[in-house]
This record gives sequence, C-alpha cells and structure tokens, in this order.
Amino acid sequence: MFYRTAGQFKTSYIADQALFPVKQDAFLLGIILALAWIVFPLTASEFTFQTLLIPILIYALAAMGLNILTGFAGQLSLGTGAFMGVGAYACYKMVTLFPWMNPIIAILLSGVFSAGIGVAFGIPSLRIKGFYLAIATLAAQFFLVWLFEKWSWLYNYNASGAIQVPNLEMFGVFVSGPQAASVTEYYIVLFVVTLLTLLCINLTRGNLGRTWKATRDMDIAAELIGINLMKSKLTAFAVSSYVVGVAGALYVFMWKGAAEPNVFDIPLSFQVLFIAIIGGLGSIMGNYLGAILIVGLPVVLNVVAGTQVFQMSGLGAGMLVALAAAIAFLGWVARSGWTIGAVAGFVVLTLIYGYAQTQGVRIDSALIEHINVMIIGALIIFFLIIEPHGLNQLWRLIREKLIIWPFPH
Amino acid sequence: MKDTEGYVTADGRQIGGTLMEMRNITLRFGGVVAIQDISFDIREGEVRAIIGPNGAGKSSMLNVISGFYTPSEGEVWYKGSKRPPMKPFEVARQGVARTFQNIALFEGMTVLDNVMTGRLTHMNAGIASQALWWGKARNEEMENREKVERVIDFLEIQNIRKTPVGRLPYGLKKRVELARALAAEPSLLLLDEPMAGMNVEEKEDMSRFILDVNDEFGTTICLIEHDMGVVMDLSDRVVVMDYGKKIGDGTPDEVRNNEDVIAAYLGVPH
Repeated sequence: MFYRTAGQFKTSYIADQALFPVKQDAFLLGIILALAWIVFPLTASEFTFQTLLIPILIYALAAMGLNILTGFAGQLSLGTGAFMGVGAYACYKMVTLFPWMNPIIAILLSGVFSAGIGVAFGIPSLRIKGFYLAIATLAAQFFLVWLFEKWSWLYNYNASGAIQVPNLEMFGVFVSGPQAASVTEYYIVLFVVTLLTLLCINLTRGNLGRTWKATRDMDIAAELIGINLMKSKLTAFAVSSYVVGVAGALYVFMWKGAAEPNVFDIPLSFQVLFIAIIGGLGSIMGNYLGAILIVGLPVVLNVVAGTQVFQMSGLGAGMLVALAAAIAFLGWVARSGWTIGAVAGFVVLTLIYGYAQTQGVRIDSALIEHINVMIIGALIIFFLIIEPHGLNQLWRLIREKLIIWPFPH
Repeated sequence: MKDTEGYVTADGRQIGGTLMEMRNITLRFGGVVAIQDISFDIREGEVRAIIGPNGAGKSSMLNVISGFYTPSEGEVWYKGSKRPPMKPFEVARQGVARTFQNIALFEGMTVLDNVMTGRLTHMNAGIASQALWWGKARNEEMENREKVERVIDFLEIQNIRKTPVGRLPYGLKKRVELARALAAEPSLLLLDEPMAGMNVEEKEDMSRFILDVNDEFGTTICLIEHDMGVVMDLSDRVVVMDYGKKIGDGTPDEVRNNEDVIAAYLGVPH
C-alpha cells in the first residue's frame, strides 16, 4: 500500500544508482529528517535531549564507524572504546592548546588522530584474521586506556586525571561545556552525524565499499581479481577509526562533559559492538535502529514504568499487549516459530501484571528496574533469533513484503 | 620469444604471437614436486586447455600463471618480458583475470556489485571524491557501469542484476563469476574448470559463452577442464599433464593420438 515501485522507471544509470531509487524511501527519510531537525528540537525537554536524542545519535555514529570495519570490511575489532578515547583526548588537547579553534573543526579533526592510531593497530590485520585479530585490537584497547591514565600531558596534568570540557564558544554562543544549552549541543551532534552518515553511505556504495565487501566475503578471490588487500584493510581501519574518533569527541564534548580514562574501557567497546550487531552488520541504517534499541528503549521503559499513570491504570498491561502485537508482526515477517513462544511469554506477563493490579500489589521502582533489564535482554535475544542479520535486515524484509502486499504471489 | 608469426586454426581463425610463455616451471611444496620442469606458451587469441588426471598439477599451474604461487624455478614471460615476482593483485592489474574451481564470488553482494568489482583495476577516483559521490568518482561509476552492463547483456544475466549472489543457483553463479572476470577486460582469461558440476544444458551454454567471448572480444583463454568432449571441441591447443610433468602438447587431434596421453588416461598393461 505504502510501497509501490510500479511506474518508477529508470532511464539512466545515474537514476538507477541514486541514493533512493524508490520514491517512498526518500519520502520516509524526509519525514525522519524533518523530525530530527525541526520537531524534536522544538518539543524535546532537557531530559529527552540528554538521555535519548544526543546519546542515541552518538552511539549510532560510533557503531557506524565500527560497522565499516567489521560489517563492511570484515575485520573484527574490540578496540572501539579506546579509539573513541583517542578522539576525545585529541579534541581535548586541541581545544586547550588552541583555544581559538572552532569546536566543530576540532571535533572533525580529532578523528584524524584516531584514524592514524587505528591504522597503526590495524597493521596486524594483514597477517591475522577473525578472533585472532580481535585479540590484537583488544591489546589496543588495554594499551590506550593505560596510556590515557599514565600520560598526564594528555589531561593537562589535572589532579583528578580526568578531562573536563571547557566552555567553548562559536559565534558568541556556548556550544560545549557546562554553559552550553542542550539544544545547541544536539544540533551540533546532529550536524556532524548527518554529515558523516552521508559520507559513509557514499563510501560504502562506491568503489571503496566494494573493495571492502570483497575483502570481507572472500579475501583470496579479492586479491586475485586485483584488490590490494593491505590497502583495502588499512583504509577500512582509517575510515572506521576516524568515524569512531569523532564519535568519541562528541561523546565527551557534547554529552558527558567530562571523562575519566576508564570510561573508554572495554564495556564501551562491547556496547558499541552490540549496537552494530543487533542493528545489522554491513548496514548503515541498522546502527540507528540498534542504538535506539540498546540506548533508547531502557530509558523509555524506565520512564513509562515510573509514571503515576502507569502505576494507576492498566497502561502497563496495555504496553505489554502492544509489545506482544509488535513481536507477533515481526515474527510474521520473519516467519519464525519463536514468535509464538515470545507472544505467549508476554501474555503470561500481562496476566501476572493484571493479577497483581487486582490484588493491589504496588510495584516498587527497584523491581521495575530489574524487569526492564530482563525485558531488554529478552528482546535482544528475540531479535537475534528471528533475524540474526539484525534489525536492518528485518526492516528490509518488511519493506519487501510491503512492496508486494497484499498480493504476495 | 620463439616466433611471433602465429598460425591459422582449423576453423580459420588467425592466432597471433606469444602472449604468455612458461619456461621450465618447477613448483615444490616442501618435498612434494607439484610441477616439474614444464614449458609451454599461450598465443594471443587462442583457446588453450590444460588437461590431465586428478592431482596432475593443473590447478597449481593456473595458480602460477595468476601469481598466487611463485614458481620455485623457471620463468614466466608475459607480453614479451620476464615477469618479476609479484603479488596476485599486481598480476591481475596486468590484465590476467580468472575464475575459480569452487565458486569464489562475494556472497554478500549483488550480482551487479560482484561484476563491478571486476572493474576495480580500472577505477582510481580518490577517497574524497568517492565520499562526496561527486566529480570523478561519480563519472567513473557511470562509465564502468555501462561497461559492466554490456557484459551482463552478453552473458544474459540482466534479470538477476540486483539479486544477492548468495540466493543464486550454482549454474548462474558460475556465469556471474565469468562475468566478473570478463568485466576486467583481460588480455588473458583463466578458467579453472568452468563446467564442473553442470548438467549437459548448462555445459552447452557455458561452452557457447566461452567461444563467444573468444570470438567477440578476442580474449585469449586458458582453461582447465575434465570433460574431454568439451575440451576437444573448444580448444585450439592442449597441454596434457600427469604427475606434475608435461606428457603432451598440441592440437586436440595430436593429443588424442599421443601414446603417453592414452596411457595416462586409460592406464597401460603391466
């Protein structure tokens, strides 16, 4: 109904290779961009900026960087957190050494440093693959975090050992530091993320992207058809680390405001890796979907569960039913028997919840917290079972079905 | 080079001078001698076959030609000069393309993207241009797309253009692989068992494509194949290998009547 490719003919290769060969996709993206650039900034509260919008964008960017390396070029990396750290520290050093520097330029330049370090740690990839390479990048992770701690020049010899974002001005407006408004920070993050996403889409659909994918899918064949594997892998490390480094700079300068070395430790790497895997390796949009699920959903669940309305009325039950319906739909798309189990689970949960309500049992916030963690965990497992290739693939399937709906034959 | 005169084939095609020459190639893996002192040449425009029983060293020979193995001894002469030791991707950039015995396509990519990878060696837009999708990168993309479309037309795979390769049946995958090699516009096309695992109809199709490629683009082809009927029909000259040694070389008729070849294939009474 929404998707009809009929009547959209391509008369040139340029049109065929356009970003959105299908009109409806461009329309959908237009809506999303309008939401992100106009509606959200006008309506969002301080809380929404700080817990949802800004972190989701930053995490999506970091995951996109990792995805270029792992999803497109097939080189497993566990050092994302540390490379984010390189970006953050580089940006910190730049704005403190050259206070006149435009903050956005500083953020974009900080990626160059992480790209350099990324290439250096990518050199082992020329000899080793898969899990062994992951271990090599793990070495980068430990070494760099250690360096952030021990090399006090990096944090300007602060007694705390942490980097503190100074107030940075751009055209008379505070864009970073304690005095900056959330909406300004949001716009800067959005600008950088939009820009880098566009560049990454272009890189991955062009010649370099094909080189990476060929290296990922079968490196021996790739070399025999004329691909210089060394160049292919190292450019992937460079581009990936650049994006990750910029994400790291945004992470500290536009969101956290301050960071200690252990912020960039391995849990951050894992979180970004989860986003990339659940979103879908080898996709750009998947990173956003993954970030929404992993970063956004816990916050939303927490907020909804914490409201009085939820406690008083049947809204909780309603939400569980809605979740069950959503899962049933996705299961239908993926044609998976697991759906029945998942739906049954939610029905049982709903019944228990309803029973507890009728008995007048109050649910305390700690329990809600625990249930949230359980729901998120269950959802992640569920999504991976019905579609191991991630949320992006799920969306692709939905789209394919919508194009031929309601006559699938 | 021995002679640059060439010869005329039975069906009247003019074959040119030497394109590639293997001189006394020996290839050892530790104590195992895979190829022992083999010399032969490939002329411009001809269809050259390498045959032999299993384990004769045919695939190793193809790997030497495509630069995947460096011979332990001997020289490879290509386009009139001796080839220094080089990486496989450098050999590919000199105009040697190949297909593989076990299909080696990039499964995660569409047919179109797979064939486009064949054009990699002809594209050199910078990373900035590619990131912006503007200027040289965009023009290059369109020019090469056009060349690729010609190959896609030629091999009649238009309808699966945008299908991910992983979803295709075996026979079509083989054809896509040929398309990828052809897209590179190679001077020398190496085919490693192009007919393996195909039914009669698919073999006929593939044979026709190989002959058409040779005919229309004038591409020199060197192929390995087990189906004797196919080999004898397609090729202009045949090298026969057995246990790493060359036991015969000549036109299909000469090879067919060669005592050693018959012995290698049918066995000799002891």
